[in-house]
Amino acid sequence: MKKGRYGIHGGQYIPETLMNAVTELEEAYEFYKNDPQFNAELTELLNEYAGRPSRLYFARRMTEDLGGAKVYLKREDLNHTGAHKINNVLGQILLAKKMGKTRVIAETGAGQHGVATATAAALMGMECEVFMGEEDTKRQALNVYRMRLLGAKVHAVTSGTATLKDAVSETMREWTRRIDDTHYVLGSCMGPHPFPEIVRDFQSVISREIKEQLMEKEGGLPDAVLACVGGGSNAIGAFYHFIEDESVRLIGCEAAGRGVDTAETAATIATGKLGIFHGMKSYFCQDEYGQIAPVYSISAGLDYPGVGPEHAYLYDKGRAEYVAVTDDEAVDAFEYLSRTEGIISAIESAHAVAYARKLAPEMGKDQIMVINISGRGDKDCAAIARYRGEDIYE
Amino acid sequence: MSRIQKAFQDKKAFIPFITCGDPDLETTEKLVYAMEKAGASLIELGIPFSDPTAEGPVIQEASLRALSGGVTTDKIFDMVKRIRQKSQIPLVFMTYANVVFSRGIGHFARQAAEAGIDGLILPDVPFEEKEEFDGPCREYGLDFISLIAPTSHERIRMIAEKASGFVYCVSSLGVTGTRSSITTDTGAMVRLVKETKEIPCAVGFGISTPEQASKIGATADGVIVGSAIVKLCGQYGRECVPYVAEYVKKMVSAIS
Repeated sequence: MKKGRYGIHGGQYIPETLMNAVTELEEAYEFYKNDPQFNAELTELLNEYAGRPSRLYFARRMTEDLGGAKVYLKREDLNHTGAHKINNVLGQILLAKKMGKTRVIAETGAGQHGVATATAAALMGMECEVFMGEEDTKRQALNVYRMRLLGAKVHAVTSGTATLKDAVSETMREWTRRIDDTHYVLGSCMGPHPFPEIVRDFQSVISREIKEQLMEKEGGLPDAVLACVGGGSNAIGAFYHFIEDESVRLIGCEAAGRGVDTAETAATIATGKLGIFHGMKSYFCQDEYGQIAPVYSISAGLDYPGVGPEHAYLYDKGRAEYVAVTDDEAVDAFEYLSRTEGIISAIESAHAVAYARKLAPEMGKDQIMVINISGRGDKDCAAIARYRGEDIYE
Repeated sequence: MSRIQKAFQDKKAFIPFITCGDPDLETTEKLVYAMEKAGASLIELGIPFSDPTAEGPVIQEASLRALSGGVTTDKIFDMVKRIRQKSQIPLVFMTYANVVFSRGIGHFARQAAEAGIDGLILPDVPFEEKEEFDGPCREYGLDFISLIAPTSHERIRMIAEKASGFVYCVSSLGVTGTRSSITTDTGAMVRLVKETKEIPCAVGFGISTPEQASKIGATADGVIVGSAIVKLCGQYGRECVPYVAEYVKKMVSAIS
């Protein structure tokens, strides 16, 4: 496969102004990823600061209730800042620092990646600016405040649909304005090469740990690994070290919003087609003229019209399956996990929990399922209450 | 000699950009004739894209206005065919990769060429990805226009070598939009291109005043202006034609 390509997907579809910046990033990453000093520093940060390894928890009550596969939860929600996003951010900001950058910029949807970036920037003494769709700054007001508290400047993006895709576009525009001292901390396994690879590598700690932890607890591999997919960073992290293990089903759960047969959906693989956008060739929700569709999901983190190129490739090859989960199912699962296991997961992760509730009863009692709980759900409580017709003040 | 080559013959080329369908395609068509009459040498027709990542707010808003007005690639091809019955001014499409890709690159190139388009500019397709687009363009006789930026440095030689039509020199960092001052030595960029290949170089991004055009034009073969014109279209709507014509006239005389 060509460099930066996943089958026909991937590539570097970006303005000429940014080409030298991504080439410089690629060269730096190629060097530092094999540098023992860099890796030692990153491991130290992940363990001592972010709290890794995250727990692989046996969900006994959920397992009993569903009556099929043994259900394990990979607790990325227990990481510092409350989501898997910190894994990638610590890696990228450490890399940016080594490259001599003094300022980082980032897009954010739900705010988790923005908070993680603001956190790591504070830790490493870097200037930080975060771009967030205006619509999302309303849905996730608490995260906006957290970012400001951490010293970041938050820009509300009003262009387009004022959600995650517009935040990505605006961050790309900002990067073309100021490149020399600035690194773009892209939050998902998407965008131009080398971002999909960098983000996947930094997130792959999730599957490496699952493999070791499950070997210790069960003496073998899982039968299925489930994760929610927007751009797909927590999913690619949870899948990566199992790709070669053909017996492990890899299942990505997309946000169907109000349903894949409606226009209010963000399920890219279910409803999108091949295209070129945000630096990559992959699947995108779009109309017949190639205009990017305004997508919808209750989850600000999955509300994105594309999917990372490696997921598109795993789908093409039939190595991973992608299913669509509606708002209703996700909200039910959000409440279910809270009541059954005492774990309030992010609404994003609840999409994976929702599909697990369907799948686990169909699996044998000797089989094992791992659900990646990519983040914690405190940020979602007000929105879920609203969904259920209750107004609460944060 | 191609229409694009003629645009740069014996004079500095003034190259205006307009967004097709802002405010409607009838106005776009009138603008083409009026700008030709006012002395424009080549016209960039923007096919609006929902998420134009290389544009500043002015062209972003124009794209949205055009798309909400119902403009489509099909309707734009029809407009170009109408224009070609009356005018031989060189026309190049400027749009984004997905607009071309979603139609099928070969299909798009053939239809554009048949309608009378001379070239294609895709700001989100750099040198490394260009072959996929350049091949079909060559097949149907369209020039796939290359861009160079202030950050291109050692890439300029490689890009210039494979360039066709003209080279679009991006004057400033950032996205499209007017700027009070342009600090890049665009003359040096143009010289680097010409060291590799004798091809016309037009400079764009940020230029809005006759003074800027005159200064930039002194060391380039052409000057490209988008946002300043699109701003007039946004301000005056269907009444914009005389205002744009007057502006183009002023800019043409500044570089002559």
